[in-house]
Amino acid sequence: MSKILMKGNEVIAEAAVKAGCKYFFGYPITPQSELVAYMARRLPEVGGLFLQAESEVAAVNMVYGAAATGKRVMTSSSSPGFSLKQEGISFLVGSELPAFLVNVMRGGPGLGNIMPAQSDYFQITKGGGHGDYFCPVYAPASLQEIVDLTQVAFDTADKYRTPVIMAADGMLGQMMEPVEFFETEAPELPEKTWAATGERGDGGPKVVNSLHLDAGSLYQHNKHLNEKMETMRENEQRFESQFTEDADFVVVAYGTVSRIAMSAVKEARAKGVKVGMIRPITLWPFPQKPFEETRERAKAYIAVEMSAGQMIEDVRLAVNGHAPVEFYGKNGGIVPTSDEILEKILAVAGGDHK
Amino acid sequence: MSMKPVFERTKGLTEAATHYCPGCTHGMIHRLVGEVLDEMNILEDTIGVASVGCSVLAYEYFNVDMVQAAHGRAPAVATGIKRVEPTKFVFTYQGDGDLASIGIAEAIHAAARGENITVIFANNCIYGMTGGQMAPTSLIGQKTATTPFGRDAKVQGSPIRISEMLATLEGATYIERVSAHDVMHLQKAKKAIRKAFEVQKTGGGFSLIEVLSTCPTGWGIDANEALEWIKSDMIPVYPLGVFKDSTKEMK
Ligand SMILES: Cc1ncc(C[n+]2csc(CCOP(=O)(O)OP(=O)(O)O)c2C)c(N)n1
Ligand code: SF4
Repeated sequence: MSKILMKGNEVIAEAAVKAGCKYFFGYPITPQSELVAYMARRLPEVGGLFLQAESEVAAVNMVYGAAATGKRVMTSSSSPGFSLKQEGISFLVGSELPAFLVNVMRGGPGLGNIMPAQSDYFQITKGGGHGDYFCPVYAPASLQEIVDLTQVAFDTADKYRTPVIMAADGMLGQMMEPVEFFETEAPELPEKTWAATGERGDGGPKVVNSLHLDAGSLYQHNKHLNEKMETMRENEQRFESQFTEDADFVVVAYGTVSRIAMSAVKEARAKGVKVGMIRPITLWPFPQKPFEETRERAKAYIAVEMSAGQMIEDVRLAVNGHAPVEFYGKNGGIVPTSDEILEKILAVAGGDHK
Repeated sequence: MSMKPVFERTKGLTEAATHYCPGCTHGMIHRLVGEVLDEMNILEDTIGVASVGCSVLAYEYFNVDMVQAAHGRAPAVATGIKRVEPTKFVFTYQGDGDLASIGIAEAIHAAARGENITVIFANNCIYGMTGGQMAPTSLIGQKTATTPFGRDAKVQGSPIRISEMLATLEGATYIERVSAHDVMHLQKAKKAIRKAFEVQKTGGGFSLIEVLSTCPTGWGIDANEALEWIKSDMIPVYPLGVFKDSTKEMK
């Protein structure tokens, strides 16, 4: 297959179709509306279904219903709409239903604006809805990476019976880049014997449910969920490290802003600063290994975000007191420039690097 | 009068003992639905959606695949199921707090889209599960935990008549209000439920059967008084009958 030029939101949609997702329930919101429109056109071609729901609340519950029958299904939204999906995500977790949920983040709080942001980090990585849970969160930094991670996300969802989130920012959703779709081998996944399909065969009804009235049984259920989350924490961390072997300073950034930060890192290197970069690809589980490998040597870390400082908390936990963690960020739709990030790197590095 | 004894078992329900208060008609309505599913021989072709309210444990009672939904979202969940499993029978079982208050948007839009599902709507004019608070369906003057001086239209607004309201939507195919207060009405209710599932069977679209149901606990009266209260107080506000039937036009 050759490369085609596409918009980020459309890449997410097409990658989902390629991953075998035939069902989409969603509600329009900028800056992810192209995704919804693409699905409306595309899914009928593959014998699937697109349905515009009356709200994000309804959309995520339609996803819940479709997922309960064992189908690959997704929804997408942007920040205010993603807030509305939280109850549904909590139910998906409780009922152990796989689903793919996309948040093309925009500026908040409130109606905020429609510009790119990473301000929903807390909401997507720390549970977000009620109850004790985490969902895997994938944060691609390029359109090609969207293609790869979408497949991974659907497979992870099925493997662990969990909702998974793809976190993009408005910039990634709107940008155009050439991408290539590869035929991937279908991984071995557990059969969905739990699905409520109405076709019992085995005599007993299937129940998809998150209610456990008895404290002991809810405790056991939560224990099971937590064990699953521990396994994911262990096995599903993804990241990319660059120039970290000899790094005195380490920039940490994800998504689009990591690309800008990377050019700042390269410029700083050219000026003789030994700076490297860690790019978390999964925001949950937050990658620990690259920090364990660098924190004995590094003099400081710099978290760069399009938020007022959210991921920095996970960076601090991963650095675990071995080095100071500095921050540079802009929000409200303002994207940090590479000059600004460079300036920050030089300021943290100290000395004369002109 | 010759009638089938009311408490014969139906294959449509599991053997689990229901947890309803004495005199509560939720169990009766379950039974009617179970009988219809059994008589239509669709127990292994049906996916039910349990809502949040006293009937939340319906997933333990109906002898079919069941999905438990968030409060008010059952019609959206049912939509998701039906759209990906169009050959299956899909129904929701919802109370009036669930359907007429928090979930009214999902109910209206499922009806407007003409989703080919059946909604069993148990209207008992109160929030039973949470301890007898006002529902959007509570009657004017009705005393509840949150209207201790009686519902006042000026303060809490007026009862919502769901059947009449949804009947205005073109997407709705069959809507009938029935009552669970005596055997004769239960038989009528069963016929209505059967009709709704028949509509679904032919791909007819959205059907809703509103069943006036008791909540002696929430209403603070005994079981017999509760049956009487449906007759004396509820039916005048919620008249029984068919509010929408476009199956004839469809033929
Ligand atoms: C989001 C949310 N809000 C509130 C509740 C609490 N709650 C549980 S049941 C219920 C009302 C149920 O009343 P109704 O639907 O009339 O059913 P009934 O119990 O009378 O059968 C409420 C408010 C909840 N479970 N979830
Ligand atoms: S509280 Fe009311 S609705 Fe709930 S089980 Fe008791 S009588 Fe029935």
